Amino acid sequence: MTLALSGEEIAKQIEKKFPKSIVKSSPEGLVVDREFLLEVASYLKTARGLDFDYLTAITAVDYLDYFEVVYQLTSIKHNHSLVVKARCYGRENPSLPSVVSLWRGADFQEREIYDLFGINFEGHPNLKRIVLWAGFEGHPLRKDYLRW
Amino acid sequence: MVIKTEPFVVNFGPAHPSTHGVFRMRMTLDGEVIVDMEPVFGYLHRGIEKLAEERTYTGCIPLTDRLDYTASMTNNFAYVLAVERLAGITVPERAEYIRVIMAELQRIASHLIAVGTFLNDCGAFMTPVLYMLREREKILDLFDMVSGQRLTYNYMRVGGVSQDIPEEFIPALKKFVKEMPGWIDEYDRLLKENEILLARTKGVGILPKELAINISASGPVLRASGVKRDIRRADPYSIYDRFEFDIPTGTAGDCYDRYRVRIEEMRQSVRILKQAMEQLPKGKVRSDVPHLTHPPVGEAYGHIEAPRGELGFYLVSDNSIAPYRFHVRAPTLINLTALRDMMVGWKVADAIIIFGSIDICVAEVDR
Amino acid sequence: MEVGEVYSSERLDKTEGEQIESLKARSQQPIPDPDEWLEKELERNILLTSVDSLLDWARRSSLWPVVCFPACCAFELIATAASRFDISRFGMEIIRASPRQADLMITAGTLTWKMAPQVRRIYDQMAEPKWVIAMGACAISGGIFRSSYSVVPGYNRIIPVDVYIPGCPPRPEALLYGIRMLQQKIAKKSLAAEGR
Repeated sequence: MTLALSGEEIAKQIEKKFPKSIVKSSPEGLVVDREFLLEVASYLKTARGLDFDYLTAITAVDYLDYFEVVYQLTSIKHNHSLVVKARCYGRENPSLPSVVSLWRGADFQEREIYDLFGINFEGHPNLKRIVLWAGFEGHPLRKDYLRW
Repeated sequence: MVIKTEPFVVNFGPAHPSTHGVFRMRMTLDGEVIVDMEPVFGYLHRGIEKLAEERTYTGCIPLTDRLDYTASMTNNFAYVLAVERLAGITVPERAEYIRVIMAELQRIASHLIAVGTFLNDCGAFMTPVLYMLREREKILDLFDMVSGQRLTYNYMRVGGVSQDIPEEFIPALKKFVKEMPGWIDEYDRLLKENEILLARTKGVGILPKELAINISASGPVLRASGVKRDIRRADPYSIYDRFEFDIPTGTAGDCYDRYRVRIEEMRQSVRILKQAMEQLPKGKVRSDVPHLTHPPVGEAYGHIEAPRGELGFYLVSDNSIAPYRFHVRAPTLINLTALRDMMVGWKVADAIIIFGSIDICVAEVDR
Repeated sequence: MEVGEVYSSERLDKTEGEQIESLKARSQQPIPDPDEWLEKELERNILLTSVDSLLDWARRSSLWPVVCFPACCAFELIATAASRFDISRFGMEIIRASPRQADLMITAGTLTWKMAPQVRRIYDQMAEPKWVIAMGACAISGGIFRSSYSVVPGYNRIIPVDVYIPGCPPRPEALLYGIRMLQQKIAKKSLAAEGR
């Protein structure tokens, strides 16, 4: 059975190493400040006992005040999982660091989030539209996208 | 004397008889050898994630059917599992067994197409496809008996399944389960030691184990590379922990291993079907849920082992009758991340085989 | 060996995007069905010459479809071509990859604006006489995806359609019935007169 690790426990562990990096934590998952995202992700991937080497999914949600990008992490070795989130504010040019250097599986998924939400991922090698065509105006999955 | 060569770019256009759907590859070739490849897709992007935000939870089930249309039952299964996790609904025993029976039948049907079209790409023009489609028609007859549809069933519901199985289903299923291993053996006998198949697929398109984990591959692609991970064992959902079955794994991660893993998985599915049929209890097939599902505020991620990989649904609810966010973790989109690495260095003819062995379904890649 | 800059994918994507936007702007009204010739023929009541009927018999009995398999209906088309429903008894078992060798396009799947210029190009490359069957709800009107931002509401915005087959997906029997209707249309029979 894949054990879903408690966000609060892991948040305590991360706070010891990177103070002020956790915005919120709950048993279901934890929210990381965007400045510390790459360091926390790298720590989660390499720390002994955590070993989150498999990125199950990345997705984004539009909560009108902010965008929240959700990372579902899994460890194949220990068979446990964790939910990490990061928020980015602003409708004009939201951006987050890209985790492609850690988990290559993020490649197409981040491009899709850029295409449909407009969130920029800094450090992505090939950030361009993937499911819609070049020249399409707007980002359809935003809540304020007008269709006709 | 050195002959000067220049690379040129060739377009494997969206409409091509070998690609499994509308998928485009821009290949840079040096003679016959591929030096670079850029996949372009989105030709079937229908905006399912946005359409789901204006439909009720039960009304999204037909949309999930059309994601990976060769495996509709497992798509439905993953989605209703996520909704039940979100709303905290339990499912009666008989419904669980019926769901497992449908999912395993669907796995066999989907792998039949995958293997058949893979062999079609290898050059065995139509013969394996016609044999595999013959078996698939028998499975589709079973599904027709249960749901009235041949391709997009819309059968599972939140809290169970939509209707009970008719009386003639179990005898027909018994007959199918008795005869299917014989047919799988027939394909194996014809193909396992075929020299052309071995020469074309052994050692071709290798996906190493570390790369497979790093790109978040799942399903037969991951298992053929040597990682023994199957969601039915790693994170058992529904009642899979009551059945005995093996997880076939490959060693080399080449096209031949991916083909063998799928054939073996069909045999294991038949094994699960036999056990599920014996243990099928009586009872209700749907728990008492309100007509409109109204989950509390929260989010849930429900995932299953679909024939093509780990299919997951991430749902966010704001206590209304429609999902606030509906996201599909598409296994084939993520499996495609390593396509370039697998193809560079091989010839054009191998490119088709490598692409066919990953077994994508463009409707799921594009959603 | 050094690959260098063989092509610029930004330029290719941009050209493709411009093509799609301009096709979208031109296709806001459906193309009328190509039925006027049929009505005029029947009104004149001219007896067909035996050469005409021979040509029509040859054309309708060996329609070769072209590959156009976007989505789910493709699997019902493949199942129709397989051994149980056997489209080959109507002369159609060869699904040509090259549009220049085909005379029938069975559009099996949803059409998106991104794919629309490619479908138009395939249709233009087919030689006359050519026919189009719109198979499935998505091909007739956009189907379940009609209100989406990227779906064309029916193939008849892009190409003229002769026969529409409803269903989602239509059963193989429905597809065979639609093919038979097309064959009767090619034979210039009046469908209304025979009580269809």
